[in-house]
Amino acid sequence: MYDFLIAPFVDFVFLRRALVATLAVALGCAPLGVLLTLRRMSLVGDALAHAVLPGVAVGFVVFGLSLPALSLGGFLAGVVVVLVAVWVSRYTDLKEDATFAAGYLVALAGGVLLISAHGTQLDLLHILFGNILAVDRVGLLLVAGVASLTLLGLAWGYRAFLLETFDPAFLQAVSRRGGWYQLCFLLLVVANLVAAFQVLGTLMAVGLMMLPAVSARLWHAMLPAQLLNASLQAMGAGYAGLLLSFHYDLPSGPVIILCAGALYLGSLWLAPQGWLGRWRARHVDFSGS
Amino acid sequence: MTQAFAAPCGSAAVAAPRTDSAVVTYRQLGLAHRGRIILRNIEGRVGRGSLTAVIGPNGAGKSTLMRATLGLLKPAHGEVICHVPRERIAYLAQQSQIDRQFPLSVLDCVMLGFWPAAKLWRRVGAAQREAALHALDAAGLLDFASRPIATLSSGQFQRMLFVRVQLQDADFIVLDEPFNAVDTATTALLLDVVDGWHREGRTVLAVLHDYQQVRTRFPQALCLGDGRLLGWGPAGEVLDSLTPAGPGAAASYA
Repeated sequence: MYDFLIAPFVDFVFLRRALVATLAVALGCAPLGVLLTLRRMSLVGDALAHAVLPGVAVGFVVFGLSLPALSLGGFLAGVVVVLVAVWVSRYTDLKEDATFAAGYLVALAGGVLLISAHGTQLDLLHILFGNILAVDRVGLLLVAGVASLTLLGLAWGYRAFLLETFDPAFLQAVSRRGGWYQLCFLLLVVANLVAAFQVLGTLMAVGLMMLPAVSARLWHAMLPAQLLNASLQAMGAGYAGLLLSFHYDLPSGPVIILCAGALYLGSLWLAPQGWLGRWRARHVDFSGS
Repeated sequence: MTQAFAAPCGSAAVAAPRTDSAVVTYRQLGLAHRGRIILRNIEGRVGRGSLTAVIGPNGAGKSTLMRATLGLLKPAHGEVICHVPRERIAYLAQQSQIDRQFPLSVLDCVMLGFWPAAKLWRRVGAAQREAALHALDAAGLLDFASRPIATLSSGQFQRMLFVRVQLQDADFIVLDEPFNAVDTATTALLLDVVDGWHREGRTVLAVLHDYQQVRTRFPQALCLGDGRLLGWGPAGEVLDSLTPAGPGAAASYA
């Protein structure tokens, strides 16, 4: 048991680093994912994850596989897409999701082209699927920094983000800065996706954001509980995924996401809002007073 | 000081209420949407402490006018000045815009009413919680305090939103069709709450469809129709000047 569950992390530094990186990504992404699903923007998270690719590509072309360059490029690309989408939705009748969809497809295609023209197959795979076992000190600092910033930001702006999601008309009426909270939220999402891509790759960075969030909603009716549940599920999936990928020599990104997916399936069956809960609820006892 | 102004139809019966100070000033306000003119030549002042019903047929531009008043919509022509700072305004939008499935408890929802005053940095503590529970009790919703808002009926939901407005302690309250999809008992209760606000000296603008309600419970009425201001003054007078066919059919009146 110990050999399977704990020993790898004790024995190998790179695994310890990978674990810390994964847990940090989980802690940062999961609460944002809950808020994203509540805003009906689940697919926007996916689109944003792909939209950062051209920025990553440009960073790669200019600086090679340097993490700060890739991250900065990715973040800037994400910021541009967010600003364009918010601006377009404010001044036209197009909703944000339409612009994100349009933007990310163009961005993804551009990014893939750039990388395949200037790099090797391996580089492309690493960027698309992550290279968690190569997380170094700089990578760790980036990931931990973003996670801390996210948690602090959420704690500080909790009421504002809540209001902005729940009743945007109310917030707009009472505060001149209503639009800024939406922007800050989306920028936090971009930052987390960029931090996550070195762990999970751009294709699946959003997985740890959305899957635990969607699962958590099946368990709880209140937001604070959903936030906690999502974070725990994300951390659990990260831990389990790393372990399994180590023991069976598999790429860790997809295994982590599959673990999150397994938790989701389990929730669909066993959670109060899932099959079991609804089956129980159907058998209401009408006998007695 | 009488606020007499040239009404669009030239009738002297249309006059803004007597005011010592104004909460909102409309100056030749024109509002448009996608190139189509919704309202033009809106002129007048909403007096401090007034209780005004905003009436008119569907599509007359009542909600549009409310949104422009709150600064949520830019005027296409003229201007609208709100003399109350944003944090002192409470806005109850039409219910359809709020996410009723949101995982929030009733107590947490009404406590959001403290946000404009508290913003991000001031603590919303035990005293506010007590006040919120007290207000919920007065509205008959104390048993629902820790339950998700998704479990409330339409009437209970609307009562909860009124409690939130109460906790905001606002000087200027704008209600957009607050009694849609609400039963008569709840409507009567909420109208009492609005009366209470009026007695406390708060200014209230409410978009309404029930002209009987307006006649009996609202001192002032503002009538829109045909893309313009048809009347603004004591509710009885404004309603009497409307033809039986409806405000849109009134071309002129004595």
